[in-house]
Amino acid sequence: MEVKNKSVLITGGSRGLGRALGITLAREGARVVLVARGLDELARTVEEIRLAGGEAYGIAADLGDKNSIYPLTGEAAALVGPIDILIQNASTLGALPLQLLLDTDCEDLEETLQVNLIGPFRLAKVIVGSMVLRQTGMMISITSDAGVEAYSGWGAYGVSKAALDHLTRVFAVELQDTGVTFFSIDPGEMDTRMHADAIPSADPATLAKPTDVARRILEVIQQGKRIPNGSRVILSEVELVQ
Amino acid sequence: MIPATKPPKRRDEAKMLIVHAKEGSIRDALVVDLPDALRPGDLLIVNDAATLPASLFAKTPSGAPLEIRLLQHAGGSDWKATLLGAGDWRTPTELRNPPERVETGSILCIAEGFTAEVIDIAPDSERLGTIRFSRQGVDMWTGIYAYGRPIQYAYLKSDLALWSVQTAYASRPWAIEMPSAGRPLSWQILLELKRRNVRIAWLTHAAGISSIGDQNLDARLPFPEAFEIPQPTINAIAETQVRGGRIIAVGTTVVRALEGCAAQNNGTLLGGIRKTDLVIRRGFRPSVVNGLLTGLHDPTETHFQLLEAFADEMTLRTVWRHATSAGYLCHEFGDVCLIV
Repeated sequence: MEVKNKSVLITGGSRGLGRALGITLAREGARVVLVARGLDELARTVEEIRLAGGEAYGIAADLGDKNSIYPLTGEAAALVGPIDILIQNASTLGALPLQLLLDTDCEDLEETLQVNLIGPFRLAKVIVGSMVLRQTGMMISITSDAGVEAYSGWGAYGVSKAALDHLTRVFAVELQDTGVTFFSIDPGEMDTRMHADAIPSADPATLAKPTDVARRILEVIQQGKRIPNGSRVILSEVELVQ
Repeated sequence: MIPATKPPKRRDEAKMLIVHAKEGSIRDALVVDLPDALRPGDLLIVNDAATLPASLFAKTPSGAPLEIRLLQHAGGSDWKATLLGAGDWRTPTELRNPPERVETGSILCIAEGFTAEVIDIAPDSERLGTIRFSRQGVDMWTGIYAYGRPIQYAYLKSDLALWSVQTAYASRPWAIEMPSAGRPLSWQILLELKRRNVRIAWLTHAAGISSIGDQNLDARLPFPEAFEIPQPTINAIAETQVRGGRIIAVGTTVVRALEGCAAQNNGTLLGGIRKTDLVIRRGFRPSVVNGLLTGLHDPTETHFQLLEAFADEMTLRTVWRHATSAGYLCHEFGDVCLIV
């Protein structure tokens, strides 16, 4: 899918990969709506995009709060029209430092699922229907190999990402041949605040830069037709036309 | 007929009365039977407007309570609006007190940092005017969504949440009140229609307010409303007509947009954002729409008069009597009627 003149909504859009995606897609001519909890960082990212000549809006909202979903989607559609590309990027690691499952509070697991799974589901329910009606659209869920591999200490997060992957696959099956495509994308380890929170000892020099990852995701979006609908795309392995 | 007093648990658990207008016959069915009631080659057109939280409570400069109901976005931060006095939705709109008289330039306080300036008040009614929000762009929308609530109805049991007044395919928030005929359409139904080669198309129509509570103003409803018919829908209509399929409108707002557009342009449908002031009544001959999925309307309602463009009065009165005796529910969350 070409992104020029498309309306894109990115959750977790104020920093890290979400911010880099916003900048990258706006540079390609997309109308970008960034959603994040903190208004200040969001405003800075929006300003940066606008100064570069792009079109961007920031909406402060907490995806874990069900009352925030209709307001944020309504505001987004009022500003940029029906959403063509939904990027479910926001996520939380849960309680820090990371904990064994037996030490994880049930409430922390619940909160992680609210942000990483239920919120994206609520958002998809509101936005994807309009895509199906218009017979065009794409939903991308940003996932992690913690959703496939069982890493000690990553239980709450891993469970939420495994479920998000499956949610994405089921959407693809139920809505096949409607013109709407669904991918999970595993971006690999990145130099982000979230990664530093999870593994403070990691050497940032060994991690991918969010800007490079965002460029690669742009290629996935542009070449989406070449990738089977419902795929879990491992960004470092997917073959794309350069 | 009894009103549905709350949104149903499942979107598509509604009854559907099928009316064959030419034969004057009626048949009981469920809305999930819609795929059986339409034919391959038919085109179903929905209104994809999302419903705004168009009701905002405010205080006048003297501190008197006031309800602002948005009527129409007039560009920028300006909105046509109706003003109601103290009270809330539990009182029918027509019984609500008029607002305290406000002058041009008055500031209505909605919340700290979010106000509305009165730009004008209609010479013939203190209930009608234009307001200008103190915030612009994204901040204005954030304010509307933070402090607005969907317009509520006196027949309801409890407050309506914003998600209760949206269709399954809603997008741009243009509707002041829910385009309710499409509310019972689940994706189970819509995808089944597609599997059976019933095409589905969309337009966006800014469904307006159903009541202001002032007899003179209510007699002028519906006010001119904005709509947009996208090119794929215009193409689908033309293709359906060539192949002999039927154009089925979901809701009277779809009828108003299509027939309004055709009436403005010698029968031709054009894209772009437009406005229609067309009021459809008995004797109107639709040039685009062949059938209609709609809520059940009382013979005293203006919607009933619109239905007379699709079925004769005697048939519609039979529909009303049957629906009443068979326990159909009316109003926004009630049952529907398919006129073909």
